[in-house]
Amino acid sequence: MPDERANESATPLLEVEDLAVEFDTPAGPLRAVRGVSFEVGECETLAIVGESGSGKSVTAQTLMGLVPLSARIAGGRVAIEGRDVVGLSDREWQALRGERISMIFQDPLSALNPSLTVGYQIAEMFRRHRGAGRAEARRRAAELMAQVGIPDAERRLDDHPHRFSGGMRQRVMIAMALALDPRLLIADEPTTALDVTVQAQILRLLRQRQRAERLGMILISHDLGVVARAADRVAVMYAGRIVETGTVAEVYERPAHPYTLGLMRAVPDPRDIGAPLEAIEGRPPDLAARPAGCAFHPRCPFARDVCRTDDPAPRELGLRRASACHFAEEVIAHGRG
Amino acid sequence: MAEAEPLLELSDLVTSYRLRPGIGRPGGEVRAVAGVSLTVHAGETVGLVGESGCGKSTIARTIVGLVRPSGGKVLFDGRDLGTLPAKELRRLRRDIQLVFQDPYASLNPRMTVAALIKEAWRIHPGLVPRERWDDEVRALLERVGLRAEHAGRYPHQFSGGQRQRISIARALAVRPRLIVCDEAVSALDVSVRAQILNLLQELQRDLGVSYLFISHDLGVVRHLCDRVAVMYLGKIVETGSKEDIYRSPAHPYTQALLSAAPSLDDWRADEDGEHGEIVLTGDVPSPLRPPTGCRFRTRCWRAQDRCRDEEPALVERDTGHPVACHFPGALPPPATTAPEGGRPMKE
Ligand SMILES: Nc1ncnc2c1ncn2[C@@H]1O[C@H](COP(=O)(O)OP(=O)(O)OP(=O)(O)O)[C@@H](O)[C@H]1O
Ligand SMILES: Nc1ncnc2c1ncn2[C@@H]1O[C@H](COP(=O)(O)OP(=O)(O)O)[C@@H](O)[C@H]1O
Ligand code: SF4
Ligand code: SF4
Ligand SMILES: [Mg+2]
Ligand SMILES: [Mg+2]
Repeated sequence: MPDERANESATPLLEVEDLAVEFDTPAGPLRAVRGVSFEVGECETLAIVGESGSGKSVTAQTLMGLVPLSARIAGGRVAIEGRDVVGLSDREWQALRGERISMIFQDPLSALNPSLTVGYQIAEMFRRHRGAGRAEARRRAAELMAQVGIPDAERRLDDHPHRFSGGMRQRVMIAMALALDPRLLIADEPTTALDVTVQAQILRLLRQRQRAERLGMILISHDLGVVARAADRVAVMYAGRIVETGTVAEVYERPAHPYTLGLMRAVPDPRDIGAPLEAIEGRPPDLAARPAGCAFHPRCPFARDVCRTDDPAPRELGLRRASACHFAEEVIAHGRG
Repeated sequence: MAEAEPLLELSDLVTSYRLRPGIGRPGGEVRAVAGVSLTVHAGETVGLVGESGCGKSTIARTIVGLVRPSGGKVLFDGRDLGTLPAKELRRLRRDIQLVFQDPYASLNPRMTVAALIKEAWRIHPGLVPRERWDDEVRALLERVGLRAEHAGRYPHQFSGGQRQRISIARALAVRPRLIVCDEAVSALDVSVRAQILNLLQELQRDLGVSYLFISHDLGVVRHLCDRVAVMYLGKIVETGSKEDIYRSPAHPYTQALLSAAPSLDDWRADEDGEHGEIVLTGDVPSPLRPPTGCRFRTRCWRAQDRCRDEEPALVERDTGHPVACHFPGALPPPATTAPEGGRPMKE
């Protein structure tokens, strides 16, 4: 996707700097997110990609001011439209959530009230946040449902969530997330539970709404294909840290971190039928037993002695392009092969 | 390979579930599998793809005898599993093993890995002499890439990928000739998934085992399979070699499925960020009341009157491989259907 749109506005919609999040566990503090930095601009989609447990959802929850009870922000800065939000009160967060920044999840059912009609739940947002009257709120709810492609919107207002298919429920979630015209949308695995043809519908809908509203978007996914299709830029997470960032084209064509390279080679190549996959040996580390030095070193084919002792900080390789590897240049030169 | 007698043959298989009437819902019969014919030859991997609810797992369950078919036949080695005497049936069941998506649900949490594997030999005595059990457990664990010294551990002490290896070791313990993998790698992370796929291929090379590989992931199926069958709402709509299906799909549903599947190369979009993918409108209809005629017609951009009245048979047309469509073809679809989906194009 063209990248020029990325830097249009001076202040990014979202800035994250050196974020760290820790859980209190019986065995002591567990650092689930460390040294995470990124920006999201207007009309831009940043994908966060990584394997299970790498810290994607914890990062997303933190951006929404929804750190889990047993967790706390252990360092760093988060700014939404230039305003620092770490440490805001619940009240202050309530004025931001939905209004400036919204989120959708893998499982929309968990976010919808099963005993209220969908129309009521959407209309309620207009009534509570916009002071709309009953009829006005209902009219706007119907409008919004039509906008996200729910057929027969008017009639379906009175249905309960369980009467909707998975894809239609995700459309309802998107409608609710966008009801108050936020500037930022976080989508945490929004299509993971959906079939591939429905996934294509939802990705297309998200793109359309994003263009129309000039939204900044964070798309969290473990699916490299979905990221390739839907994102402008990508941040690859491993063991709580962003190990590589860049435009999707840069990162997919010339990975600058061995983990990214490994992921690319572990996915069946669309251009090539039958070449053996190159699996990454081993598995992601247990955060409680994070390896010393570079967390990826036990699985890394590029590892040298220094990797076992020195944890590489993210290094700028170009404009908004970085890698947290001591040997990034070597990895780029190596190529996807 | 194609000349030989098939190892597994499904012939016009029908499997139904009876639904009791509930609140706001009439009772009835779901024909989850509505007349499926499919073969798997020795040493071959056949992929079965389709969206959730189309009947893939029901086929798997019918093959291994967890549910009874209400019509048609399951033949293994030319013998009809429906009419075989109990003793012979038990012997044959050993030859067909099932590996599920969620290995945790299928592994008894109170049994050690060694006990889980040995259980299979208790059910099928005479296969491995008891004094060889410990050695054989060690060999199997090594075979699937686990440490032999972990034989005394319990399932919860392993990761998802390792648990999947345990399921595979247990399936292998009875030396099956066919393994039905039902979404066996779907819950795994990319890096671990590749390890398991490589393992499956290696086992086939070394042991000659056949796979019926059920998955909704088209990339994985293309990687692993020799032949592919595409299912929609209880029926196979197209089948052929991997090349037939991926290079010249002729059924509109196959075409939509392939074009909707994201791939690593998708960042090469056109200037508007579009991928020219076919975005189907609407959802899969309920299998309780499938559409008349062609089951796909409510979402098909090529549907015509004939599709409502006449069900297309799965036969070889001028496509070179079997397709269940009155109007098959490689025709590029119209620019794409209306994006704001939901409304069937034809009623
Ligand atoms: N409540 C909690 N208490 C302790 N540790 C937690 C808690 N929630 C999450 N974690 C840990 O934080 C890390 C990151 O979790 P997170 O949910 O962000 O992963 P993720 O990248 O979203 O994974 P997935 O792809 O599975 O959704 C994991 O190691 C997880 O075990
Ligand atoms: N135990 C059951 N009782 C009633 N209906 C079932 C049962 N299992 C599956 N079905 C129905 O049968 C159809 C096919 O299901 P399944 O074989 O599990 O599909 P797939 O594996 O392709 O997702 C679906 O409509 C499903 O709801
Ligand atoms: S720093 Fe070393 S171990 Fe870490 S990714 Fe780079 S080469 Fe591999
Ligand atoms: S038979 Fe008709 S409705 Fe069915 S797939 Fe072919 S063209 Fe479409
Ligand atoms: Mg998550
Ligand atoms: Mg299934």
